[in-house]
Amino acid sequence: MPLALFLEQTLNGLQQGVMLFLMAAGLTLIFGIMHLINLAHGSLYMVGAYVAATVTSLTGNFLLGVLAALGAAGATGMLVELLALRRLYGRDHLDQVLATFGIILTFNEITKILWGPQALFLSTPEVLSSTVEVIPGVPYPAYRLFVIIVGLAVCFFLRHLIINTRLGMLIRAGATHREMVNALGVNIDRLFTIVFGIGAMLAGLAGAMAGPMLAIEVGMGENILILTFVVIIIGGIGSIRGALIGAILVGMVDTYGRAFLPLIMRSFMEPSAADTVGASVSSVAIYVLMAVVLIWRPRGLFQAYGG
Amino acid sequence: MTQRRLMVHGIGLGILMFLPLLAAAAGEPFLTNIASRVLVYALAAVSLDLIMGYGGMVSFGHGAFFGLGAYVVGILAHHSFNGTVIGFLPGEWQGTASALVQWPLAILVTGLFAVIIGALSLRTTGVYFIMITLAFAQMLYFFMTSLPTYGGDDGLNLWERSQVPAVDMYDDNQFYYVTLALLLAFLYLAHRVVNSQFGMVLKGCKQNETRLQALGVPTYRYKLVAFAISGAGAGLAGALAANHTEFVGPGLMHWTRSGEIMIMVILGGMGTLYGSVLGAFTLLMMEEVLSSYTEHWMLILGPFLVIVVLYARGGIYGWLVGDEMDEEPAERADGRTGGGADDG
Amino acid sequence: MQMGVQAGEPMMVDTILDVTGLTKSFGAIRASDDLTFSVARGEIHALIGPNGAGKSTAIGQLCGEIEPDQGRIIFNDCDISRWPTYRRARSGLQRSYQITSLFPDFSAADNIALAVQAGRPHSFRFWQPARHDKALRTPANEALDRVGLGHKADTKVTALSHGEQRQLELAMVMATDPVMLLLDEPMAGMGQVESQLMMEILHPLKGDVSILLVEHDMDVVFALADRISVLDKGRVLLTGSPDEVRNDPDVRRAYLGDS
Repeated sequence: MPLALFLEQTLNGLQQGVMLFLMAAGLTLIFGIMHLINLAHGSLYMVGAYVAATVTSLTGNFLLGVLAALGAAGATGMLVELLALRRLYGRDHLDQVLATFGIILTFNEITKILWGPQALFLSTPEVLSSTVEVIPGVPYPAYRLFVIIVGLAVCFFLRHLIINTRLGMLIRAGATHREMVNALGVNIDRLFTIVFGIGAMLAGLAGAMAGPMLAIEVGMGENILILTFVVIIIGGIGSIRGALIGAILVGMVDTYGRAFLPLIMRSFMEPSAADTVGASVSSVAIYVLMAVVLIWRPRGLFQAYGG
Repeated sequence: MTQRRLMVHGIGLGILMFLPLLAAAAGEPFLTNIASRVLVYALAAVSLDLIMGYGGMVSFGHGAFFGLGAYVVGILAHHSFNGTVIGFLPGEWQGTASALVQWPLAILVTGLFAVIIGALSLRTTGVYFIMITLAFAQMLYFFMTSLPTYGGDDGLNLWERSQVPAVDMYDDNQFYYVTLALLLAFLYLAHRVVNSQFGMVLKGCKQNETRLQALGVPTYRYKLVAFAISGAGAGLAGALAANHTEFVGPGLMHWTRSGEIMIMVILGGMGTLYGSVLGAFTLLMMEEVLSSYTEHWMLILGPFLVIVVLYARGGIYGWLVGDEMDEEPAERADGRTGGGADDG
Repeated sequence: MQMGVQAGEPMMVDTILDVTGLTKSFGAIRASDDLTFSVARGEIHALIGPNGAGKSTAIGQLCGEIEPDQGRIIFNDCDISRWPTYRRARSGLQRSYQITSLFPDFSAADNIALAVQAGRPHSFRFWQPARHDKALRTPANEALDRVGLGHKADTKVTALSHGEQRQLELAMVMATDPVMLLLDEPMAGMGQVESQLMMEILHPLKGDVSILLVEHDMDVVFALADRISVLDKGRVLLTGSPDEVRNDPDVRRAYLGDS
């Protein structure tokens, strides 16, 4: 197998993993602290993508688009938290699932009304539309490299936020010692809203950056949401580190599977059959990974909290 | 059984039995066709209620079993119609159009898949279980999407409905009664199961699984069997759905389908079995009516759901009959029937 | 099998539960630290100690709900260290909980009937209504009568008083026909009268059922226990008869507060 192809696919896997991490980090934070399972997290991703596409095409500036997406997703997230989700903390997970399912339906329909049923496309910003030679002889799209760098930067930023800041201390304490946080005189409602806002902004960022790589359409949030669930199941609910490891694992397995399984199958099958079987098997590869982790560690690799 | 409950059941059964006549009398015979669709989904919802309402297993992947049951019928009919051999099976079988083979096979295959998915998913509980069942359902969805042999994304047309002896499945009324008979049979089976010793263990799992284990019950096995029965029930519903729409596609397995089935159970009232029928009726009628007014009917359904969850959790059945569980009153050792507290 | 006592040899006690070197840490805290003790068949063995001494953790490990880091548990001549909870329970080792743990949607009789079911080989019976099954209901009602709850058989658990719930919990474990009971503070939150009633229920079990009793009420412990083990920081400080424990200066100082 040529090294260049392998390196390219590794970077693709990393890029997918980083996107999944942005989603998983928010979702797992929200679950770890508020014990809320939020299906509508994917809707915030969708909001991010649509707003980024619209603002970018209006202003011609991708950076403005991303900033607008961050703001829109964060604001939407906090609004939804204040209006509906706040009442769901401490409720049955089933209630949370159903209510957030209702929120998804609502968001999808609103999006359809505002932007129409057709998919939007966002072109790669001019500066990043070229390729970069990662090592001599291996060109790689600059935009994807940019996504990887932003993702890793967010990862370090989150780490700093949680370890070194007062907010981070409260987040860590809020997850395990709710009474203590209350005793410190911190307004726990406001803390929850802020955490929700952070999670929403991360989702919005992911959506905005996905814009130039995917068709922006209604329902895009749900596809990545379920992949994010797989990441969290593998990594362990509530663990940021688990979210990172899980995201990279899922990104890699999915990308390698799609790229190499058909090739591997070809070595002992006729090409057309190999492509078919390879595509089918690689479409379920991450779920097989999930099943294996489940058998080995039913509560994920880095279990932080009970179910 | 309280008087009121007896009355609700009587009226419900009466309506279901004579619906095609009522529809014809009202001059709207197409209602029978819509009602068949309601019954198909009711069957799927009742099967989910069995594990969710009684066993506390919040499965978000029930659509997978529903779709799988449909695919079993679709694939068998596809090969039978085209006279081709089923490639992934040993031997030279060219499928069949007979319901007597198709439907039991749909039940068997979905039951088997439920055992496999359940065996893995039931290693966990709570929110993990919700996400894992959802993920496995999505896996099957993507698998079917990537399988060009059976239509991939586009799905398969069912050129020939299942052949039931002495029944014309193309007749709306006969189709309706076949579906109704199967739904009632499954309801009766589920009613027996939830009130049996097995059912007591199942309800015990929902209320306090740790305690049940400490008493000496290997709860995992019981939950797994319940999961398999439930999956098989959804598979049968899927087999009927394939016949009803004469089409089989990955859309049947989509996660929104699982969500819909779940909503039916909640709307009707969890842990009531009969409530799921009411829930299926309510949700599908809402869709039917709302979509005739506006294409953006989801904008009404979505917030409606949120409000139901936040403010009205009892379910329609509980509201109609005044009590919740489908339970028989206990009997004292001396044979007296106890006026149990749960007869409220 | 009973061992004969021979001259010159120490008397052999028929041991029902033998715990060796049980160790369990939660982070930096050692909840059990090389915990070693044994319970003789038929005795009531009390486990006392200050809060945080590791009594509940010990019960959790014995019944299988908490996995120990190290150590061996022999029950009724079987090494049950690796057995899952339900299997230990099926072999006759039953527990009650400090915080009442029942089936809240069920009636009192349903709770016991489910416990009777748990003692049967299996409950894969899908057809006959369980609530009409006399083979379950008769022993259930008898068990309720024994703890004085016969008249509350059809009352829902949530409508029972706290004391009645505690009695129901005891009736539930008794209905499984246990060999040994692990009772985690059975008198917790009870008034004088209810405590007295509980003692009257427990006392006749002496000799038939072996009991490991965790209890804070020292009057109860000294009235019921044949032997007492004093726990501190996850270790056994001392095991002896109630009199020995009562008069031990270390125990008086460390635990009884010399009052």
